Amino acid sequence: MSLLEVRDLHANVDGKEILKGIDLVVNPGEIHSIMGPNGSGKSTLAAVLARREGYEVTKGEVLFRGKDLLEMKPEDVACEGLFLAFQYPVEVPGISNAYFLRAALNAQRKYRGEDPLDAIDFLPVLKEKMKLLEMEEQFQSRSVNEGFSGGEKKRNEIVQMAVLEPTLAVLDETDSGLDIDALRVVANGVNAMRREDRSMILVTHYQRLLDYIVPDYVHVLANGRIVKSGGPELALELEREGYGWVEEALAAK
Amino acid sequence: MSTVTEATGLGSYLEAFSEMRQRTSHQPEWLRTLREDAFGQFCDIGFPTLKDEAWRFTSVAPIARESFSLAEGGAAELTLEDLKPFLIADAACRLVFVNGRFAAELSDCEPLPAGVEAGSLAAEIGSNPAALKSSLGRHLDLGTDPFCSLNTAFLEDGGYVRIAKGTVLASPIHLLFVSTDLDSPVMAHPRNLILAGPNSQADVVEEHVSLGDAKLFSNTATELVAEENAVIAHHMIERENRTSFHISTLQMHQERNSNVSSHSVLIGGALVRNNVHPVLAGEGGACLINGLFLGDDSQHLDNYMLVDHASPHCASHQFYNGILGGKSHGVFHGRIIVRKDAQQTDAKQTNRNLLLSDDAQIDTKPQLEIYADDVKCTHGATIGQLDENALYYLRSRGIDETSARELLLFAFAGECTGRIRSTPIREHVERIVRQSLPEGMTSDGTGEGAERRWEEIG
Repeated sequence: MSLLEVRDLHANVDGKEILKGIDLVVNPGEIHSIMGPNGSGKSTLAAVLARREGYEVTKGEVLFRGKDLLEMKPEDVACEGLFLAFQYPVEVPGISNAYFLRAALNAQRKYRGEDPLDAIDFLPVLKEKMKLLEMEEQFQSRSVNEGFSGGEKKRNEIVQMAVLEPTLAVLDETDSGLDIDALRVVANGVNAMRREDRSMILVTHYQRLLDYIVPDYVHVLANGRIVKSGGPELALELEREGYGWVEEALAAK
Repeated sequence: MSTVTEATGLGSYLEAFSEMRQRTSHQPEWLRTLREDAFGQFCDIGFPTLKDEAWRFTSVAPIARESFSLAEGGAAELTLEDLKPFLIADAACRLVFVNGRFAAELSDCEPLPAGVEAGSLAAEIGSNPAALKSSLGRHLDLGTDPFCSLNTAFLEDGGYVRIAKGTVLASPIHLLFVSTDLDSPVMAHPRNLILAGPNSQADVVEEHVSLGDAKLFSNTATELVAEENAVIAHHMIERENRTSFHISTLQMHQERNSNVSSHSVLIGGALVRNNVHPVLAGEGGACLINGLFLGDDSQHLDNYMLVDHASPHCASHQFYNGILGGKSHGVFHGRIIVRKDAQQTDAKQTNRNLLLSDDAQIDTKPQLEIYADDVKCTHGATIGQLDENALYYLRSRGIDETSARELLLFAFAGECTGRIRSTPIREHVERIVRQSLPEGMTSDGTGEGAERRWEEIG
């Protein structure tokens, strides 16, 4: 069984159709990259998968682990094993990173019928993951994302992903705005999490990320549809040629 | 309000006052005069109305139109078991007052650390009134607030705490005011006197709770004197039942380099007004005025601050957070007076509010009166809803919606509870806050112990 099956997905934002029939199948262990120009619907797809409010699905279906994802609440999607790394991580004043992450992990453990981890058992787990993302220990007691730099916020997303160990991680432009050092750290973190039964969808505008995290498949999204799919070489082609040809092809239709 | 209902209201006070006048006729003349003058003042002014600037957001008509009698006893039926939900672990001393009267059998102050006196004001009036003459009634400003006059008129009992020079008390002193289920509406006018000697340090909790649903009019006043370099924290926890009226005033007199914190947590009551009045009388004094109010249903919770900067180089920092649901109405009215000689004053005021329903209401009003020319005064207020982005962010990590709301509300409240320095008191308050977050917001879906702090792992 496929991990994720997206069939003819149409979605509106504020009454405007943004996704116009997406088909995508992700099998366990696969890394897919979704690339495309600004406004092509990349982030909308990520938001629909993570059940964000304000996105109206008008047609199509999404099966995650064989279940109807579009019927699930955001928290249940997360507990089923889908993790979204936010393009713009949210600041949550007054809740420490450590508390937040343990609450999230324990919510997911509870969903799976496992016992909660107490602070003493949780701390070493968190420390290890923070080390992996080269984050200083002080971040665990700071409020979630509050006062973090852009790069720190993105790294913090990957720390969360590492702690929660999702089956499917959707990284929404995690590479945007990162300098090359921060990009390497994030990519190393992601690569360390690659497993045979863990899949990823990398939503990105830039090919650069794919130098560090090599995908199995690359899809080009334009005007709400996947217009081309291929292997990693497709990303290089995009890098060389730009998105111009995509737009030209669309205009020609 | 009509003259007829007003007359009815005052009539019951007159009756109660005559009764008390007889009962206390053996007491020293200065004390009797203090009461007589205060009662006279109250009768002259009457209850405040919305026309009074300090009361423009709060109508006390529900109090004025009702007749209350002075509560009698009630302690005999209670056991320590009844008080269990309200106790603070590790308190150095617990003074319990039932319907305004000291209940020795429910209190526990033995052994008191050296340098600390704590007991009932009634007992002190009985045994050593001369020691009170220089402080009792000296600081409370009767002219500006009829409720303070009323409290002084009925001054009989309350908490008496004296911390000797240089004494540092590590554990809290807990003044617990309990009301019991009485048949007719009763009133209580507890009066507390807290005297902190030079270089002393202590934490005092003044907590008001109800056993049952009977209506109580609780009108309390606390005079707190912090002598030179004293470090004192006062914690007002108001969690009476939703039928009660509660008016309280904390009058603080701060001498040179004293450092006083006032923490207020308003949760219960139908109509609540909490006044905090620090007078920074000596140079270098610092005052933290920290508060949290949680309103639901049709509660009315009014926070009134009058900060008097009377000396140079003093700092006052006000932080109040409100969470209002249902049809509740919150008020934050922060008045700061900087006197002509109070140069280098650093006065800051912040009021943040979350409205959880369309019918909840907040009135927030800064009122700065600055007569000195070299000062730093800032104020700011925000009113908003729970951050939907933050809510979604928490849910996207697997935390269910109810728990996520609770986490965010508790974090917002935590800005205030986090300023409480004493660990046992902070944990006590956090437990109360967690239990009291508006209905439907409370659940424990994250498998956490209720007493834990958010920063526990840090």
